[in-house]
Amino acid sequence: MHTELITLEGHIIDSLTLSKVLDILVASGVDYEIRSFRIGKSHDETSRAEILVIAPDEESLQRALHEVQQHGAVISQEDATLQPAPQDGVFPDGFYSTTNLETYVRIEGTWIPVDRIEMDCGIRVTHTESGWRAECIPLHRARKGDLFVVGSAGVRVTPLPRREAESVFHFMGSEVSIEKPKARIVQAVARAVRETKLKGQKVLFVGGPAIVHTGAAPYLERMIRAGWIDVLFAGNALATHDIERALYGTSLGVALETGVPETHGHEHHLRAINTIRAAGGIRQAVEKGVLKSGIMHACVVAGVKVVLAGSIRDDGPLPDVITDTVQAQDAMREGIRGVGLALMVATTLHSIATGNLLPASVTTFCIDANADTVIKLTDRGSHQAFGIVTDCAFFLKELATQLCGEA
Amino acid sequence: MTRVLMCPPDHYDLRYEINAWMHLENRPLLPLAARQWRMLHEQVQQLAQVELVSPAPECPDMVFTANAGLMVGEKAVLLSRFRHPERRPEEPHFRRWFEEHGYTVYTMPEDCPFEGEGDILWAGGRYVAGYRKRTEICAHRIAAEYLGREVLSLELVDDRWYHLDTALFVLDERTVVYYPGAFDPYARRVIEEHFHTLYVIEEEAMRFACNSVVIGNTVLMPEGCPLVASLLERKGYEVIPIPMSEFIKSGGACKCLVMFLER
Repeated sequence: MHTELITLEGHIIDSLTLSKVLDILVASGVDYEIRSFRIGKSHDETSRAEILVIAPDEESLQRALHEVQQHGAVISQEDATLQPAPQDGVFPDGFYSTTNLETYVRIEGTWIPVDRIEMDCGIRVTHTESGWRAECIPLHRARKGDLFVVGSAGVRVTPLPRREAESVFHFMGSEVSIEKPKARIVQAVARAVRETKLKGQKVLFVGGPAIVHTGAAPYLERMIRAGWIDVLFAGNALATHDIERALYGTSLGVALETGVPETHGHEHHLRAINTIRAAGGIRQAVEKGVLKSGIMHACVVAGVKVVLAGSIRDDGPLPDVITDTVQAQDAMREGIRGVGLALMVATTLHSIATGNLLPASVTTFCIDANADTVIKLTDRGSHQAFGIVTDCAFFLKELATQLCGEA
Repeated sequence: MTRVLMCPPDHYDLRYEINAWMHLENRPLLPLAARQWRMLHEQVQQLAQVELVSPAPECPDMVFTANAGLMVGEKAVLLSRFRHPERRPEEPHFRRWFEEHGYTVYTMPEDCPFEGEGDILWAGGRYVAGYRKRTEICAHRIAAEYLGREVLSLELVDDRWYHLDTALFVLDERTVVYYPGAFDPYARRVIEEHFHTLYVIEEEAMRFACNSVVIGNTVLMPEGCPLVASLLERKGYEVIPIPMSEFIKSGGACKCLVMFLER
């Protein structure tokens, strides 16, 4: 018989955490005994339960513990176990695999917060002059001999708070919203953007080329020029078609004013790429006066941090595109520092890639004409994301009006 | 070294209503106004040489020196011809100061209202100019002759932004920051075609974000404009917020209180 004592503390009754944890234990095929239980007498007093988890074997015990930890269960009062990485780019066996929730590790009796939390990474622990430090490290950055947390002992995860009933997003629920009043949803998003900026946090925009194809680029451009967006993540396509629009007035060869395909219009995007390559890059094209308008121009003028991540089907690409995906991920990791809100609009690939990197504490909106994109994002662990199924041109037009006034 | 002209607020007050901001029942708190002016003066002194013109008791708005005139060449000034009779008594005081300091003073024809740097701003190799509210477009043509430079005329369409410098400021030779709602569509096109642009949202334009003074890498901006301030900081500027509430009651702020003599 394999056992482990866990404790659960907080408003675990009102937020149904206790019920949830017990349900999870049963569903995982393990048994439990409640060893002690203290119920908070008032709203500000917390409750505490000690639960002995009993499993038939070590594997199902660890699986069950891993599950319940994500709901705040603290496994033990033991320190975290540390093991050195056996070689560069390899975690030690049995490494603790992170979630995107706020996480602490116990070292020499002290709970230390894990820096830059991100899902699917390891936790590296180092001893510095100012004490122990724990940080989230992706696999490729592990170096031989680095100490990593193994097993789930001495690891504590803080679950996301339940959304408050009065919250502006309450009516959206956590699910994908299709049959909901869209204009009200956009108002709520605008309010969240304002609040984020007022707190001094950054707003991240992740966008796909449909923004340009649908004629929504000017709305995004306005928001950038007014200072609402701090960071832009996109691919070669968004930048290319935006530049195509700025240089030729077309997107994928279709005139945006009339909706009519232009003769030889299909060449425009490649000519646009060539022009920027000749200039040496987007910033250089802006400085030389070659590129005079559009989203990318606005980003340069407004000092927005841009990460363009490449993909295998890219034409060109633009010189600014990072073609090594691991490098691109690292650039995105740098880009999300200080971000408090993310808007993911009309892109599946970049939304999921960004979702993988974002801590769950970042307010995230995923806007797509296709419900699948939003579902994919939440299925891959970005449970904090609010899905809004709508046309990106409608969404961006409304949002720009809410944030910048009538055009 | 940058040189500017300011006027102490000894006689500043609100005694008439000649713009959308002025309300006689909402007079400035004069000691607070004096403190706000001193804060601005202190900051400007860190960045530029400040000349002072003596205030005149009959001119409550003389503190807004940007409306004194416009420098045309190194030692010459095109004196303002105020649209409202309430402010015309300022003209001889400013004229005297310029003459006493060795400037050649040019004047506009009688029928051509012109309110100096309030409506014409230096923007690198050219100037941008507002009209319809205070300055008339005839003044742009005449100013262009004295300046020997291109003057881009921009129509102002909202009474709250009655001078160009309430709705637009030049960040560097190629970049302007402006509130689009203050301009007609033609003006917006002109701005977009000639400059790199950044926008001010209405609520910050209402707090006179556009009435900022840019000297080198520093922007002296009325307080309460965090969005545009953070945007400029991201671009590497140092933004110093200055409380301006008592001057906004008269429709002015940092830039209105400063006239550039030399850049």
